[in-house]
Amino acid sequence: MAQTIELEIFRYRPEQESEPTLQSYEVPYNEEWVVLDAINYIKDEIDGTLSYRWSCRMGVCGSCGMMVNGVPRLTCAAFLKEYYPRKILVEPLDGFPVERDLVTDMDMFVAKLTSVSPWIIRNEGEEKPLEEGTYLQSPGELAEYKHYSMCINCMLCYAACPVFALDTNFLGPAAIAIGQRYNMDSRDQGRDQRQEVIASHDGIWHCTLVGECSTVCPKDVDPAGAIQRAKLSSTTDYFKDLLMPWGRRT
Amino acid sequence: MSLRHDIVIVGGGGAGLRAAIAIAETDPSLSVAVVSKVYPMRSHTVAAEGGAAAVVKENDSFDDHFKDTVGGSDWLADQDAVELFVETAPAEMIQLEHWGCPWSREPDGSVAVRPFGGMNIERTWFADDKTGFHMLHALYQTSLKYSPITAYNEWFATKVLVENGRCQGVAALDLMTGKVETVLAGAVIMCTGGAGKLFPFTTNGAIKTGDGMAMAYRVGVGLKDMEFIQYHPTGLPGTGILITEAARGEGGIMVNKDGYRYLQDYDLGTPLEITDPNHPVKKSMELGPRDRLSQAFIKERDKGGTIATDHGPVVYLDIRHLGKKTINKKLPFVRELAKNYAGIDPVYVPIPVRPVVHYIMGGIDTDINGATQLPGLFAAGETACVSINGANRLGSNSLTELLVFGARAGEAAAAFATANADLDVAALEAQGADEQQRIARDFINKHGGTERIATLRREMQETMEDGGGIYRTEATLRATSEKLVELRERFANLLIEDRSLTFNTELTSALELDFMLDLALAVAHSGLARTESRGSHQRTDYPQRDDANFLKHSLAFKTEDGVRIDYKDVVITKWPPEERVYGRQAN
Ligand SMILES: Cc1cc2nc3c(=O)[nH]c(=O)nc-3n(C[C@H](O)[C@H](O)[C@H](O)COP(=O)(O)OP(=O)(O)OC[C@H]3O[C@@H](n4cnc5c(N)ncnc54)[C@H](O)[C@@H]3O)c2cc1C
Ligand code: SF4
Ligand code: FES
Repeated sequence: MAQTIELEIFRYRPEQESEPTLQSYEVPYNEEWVVLDAINYIKDEIDGTLSYRWSCRMGVCGSCGMMVNGVPRLTCAAFLKEYYPRKILVEPLDGFPVERDLVTDMDMFVAKLTSVSPWIIRNEGEEKPLEEGTYLQSPGELAEYKHYSMCINCMLCYAACPVFALDTNFLGPAAIAIGQRYNMDSRDQGRDQRQEVIASHDGIWHCTLVGECSTVCPKDVDPAGAIQRAKLSSTTDYFKDLLMPWGRRT
Repeated sequence: MSLRHDIVIVGGGGAGLRAAIAIAETDPSLSVAVVSKVYPMRSHTVAAEGGAAAVVKENDSFDDHFKDTVGGSDWLADQDAVELFVETAPAEMIQLEHWGCPWSREPDGSVAVRPFGGMNIERTWFADDKTGFHMLHALYQTSLKYSPITAYNEWFATKVLVENGRCQGVAALDLMTGKVETVLAGAVIMCTGGAGKLFPFTTNGAIKTGDGMAMAYRVGVGLKDMEFIQYHPTGLPGTGILITEAARGEGGIMVNKDGYRYLQDYDLGTPLEITDPNHPVKKSMELGPRDRLSQAFIKERDKGGTIATDHGPVVYLDIRHLGKKTINKKLPFVRELAKNYAGIDPVYVPIPVRPVVHYIMGGIDTDINGATQLPGLFAAGETACVSINGANRLGSNSLTELLVFGARAGEAAAAFATANADLDVAALEAQGADEQQRIARDFINKHGGTERIATLRREMQETMEDGGGIYRTEATLRATSEKLVELRERFANLLIEDRSLTFNTELTSALELDFMLDLALAVAHSGLARTESRGSHQRTDYPQRDDANFLKHSLAFKTEDGVRIDYKDVVITKWPPEERVYGRQAN
């Protein structure tokens, strides 16, 4: 008989079940498969009632994040061969309310993202008209924020974050990194406006610099670095304000 | 009960978001709903890699972009649309730069451009090789700034609502509650993307099931040029993951099993040495258009030049000579994807590739303002067919198209909705209630079926590839049409296991399959009726282009007993058809 691998999957249908359960499935083992392929096999061939999110299958849409053997992973980038012949436990991302099976609530993340004003902010009257062309931005200026712009909103960093686990009000790694992405962009003038949120109680100061977020991030965004940097520049702001009120960054 | 907005946009990809922002900027008093079956940043625009074309450099001109596009389309593009497209493209790209898109830069801080297939001058703007990702996130994040835009995330539109000869909203399933909601508006814009999932092997994500095309088709709107399906010549075997054309734009070469640059045998020009400073030559060899390169693969396979693998025949895309530094700088995603999904590092090993279904040139028939024949219904993006792409889209024109025609459709829909604010609310709500009942009866409460969704979907995909692939004949297309009719009958016997109202993805898979079965038949019939070869539509039984009879768009209409095909003339403003030449001088 062909080789198989066992997947144990978190199941929860709010209308039918009061408690989540684990359900086990045996699927063919294929070296080239990722965990998502195995889950798709279950849905297609064994049990059509399993619900989860996915689309691109190439690690860029950010929708397939789940806990795989306790670790937040993109299931389209986690290969069965990393686990075989052990069985694989698949659960919804930690830290977020479960809607059904492997589907968690995303609205909380969208609210956090929106709160950092993730768009280019220009001072009144300083918008460049389209006829004048693009802003100049040197490769060096681009490099300042580029890696923060690589975030695919997969939320693995939230699932790994011990602070978020205790307090979901925490703005969290990705939202702060995206706020920083705009703060560091040479075209942007909105840092002060964002600072209210980023430097608030629920923002950077909540973070205890565990660094788990950067470890699990599949896109090397380094949200921990972004938080660290935001803390530093916010401290500098504070001293500048205190010592030389005229020296404030505008 | 219903929800009321001025405009409803179905789809939160590049086209939908651009349309939404255009409306918010045109008239902030208008309320805009963006209904999307996935959170907008999951839309498949996210997967686009190579770049977006627009004339910016001194050595370039609108006329050059126009000619490349029209020639690339094998003269099936409407030239008024192409003129407007190339002229509006730069402003749209600059706008996106102002919204924060992290375009790759030259040392002096200006935007960098790269060469692309079928383009005679480098004009493709890029953000490394994650252009679509960056464009989509820039658009999405910018859209969050506008309070008149309301997002209905994870709402799956199932039906276009028509009353009194006007489109006045959609019915949409809220995935979290399982309720079908009626979202009413003076105008609707379909921005639901492509339909690559009609085929088994595609670069398209799971969500690209052509829903919007099918919804428009079902209310009598024509689908234009559906026989034109683009195969991209360089997908990874097995997964179909795309290796962007930018790899060839940067100098990558295609070789057969003997390391020979086989494209030279198929009228695509003579190769220059890779060390030659003029390599790669634009519109020649590896930088020929996608249809020609994919067709060359099949011929090379038939000649025995390909390499057999577990995932079928392949050739190699070799970028080793670019060196690690350039690869890391300009093609980092190509390296990441090849390493993760093909298990090879392209810095040291050539990448195995084969043609893969990538893009659908056809779609909802619209004019240059995105308006369809049904008043109040507009469309933009891959789901629409304006047409600037004709019989073959040029790489990097699509992302720009989303912006240009997304914005235009937004503006036109805003004007229409303002002039048509009175809605037939009671009748529309009754339609919404009927739709809720239909979904409960035909799906959620359906008992006794035996056919698995996945089985029917697989058989549909296989027959599409067999009969409607890179080369087609009357016999293959007929066989496919017959198979599709059989699958439609079997669909009535669908097995439904999931009765839950919360995030029921078995239901959405069934609805998607239902849409795709309609579209597949439209593709097959459009292909059957076009007895010529043009661009991506190659009939071995009719190998010549036939301008006398087919310099026309086909239009597929849904009827009681299948598909009716009609035609409409192509708009030619300044460049009558000529021979389509790559890699050599035209006579
Ligand atoms: C791998 C890949 C690489 C590419 N690279 C390039 C490139 O380099 N350059 C280029 O120009 N083009 C490229 N293309 C093509 C281009 O990316 C697409 O044509 C374009 O992004 C489509 O955008 P869209 O807005 O029309 O649709 P999408 O981005 O696909 O968005 C469709 C939207 O519709 C929504 N939707 C669909 N059905 C429903 C429904 N029933 N109810 C509610 N919402 C629905 C979805 O949720 C989604 O938000 C590439 C394509 C692929 C697949
Ligand atoms: S920072 Fe990394 S882990 Fe967190 S959401 Fe973004 S991509 Fe995912
Ligand atoms: S399916 Fe898109 S990131 Fe995994």
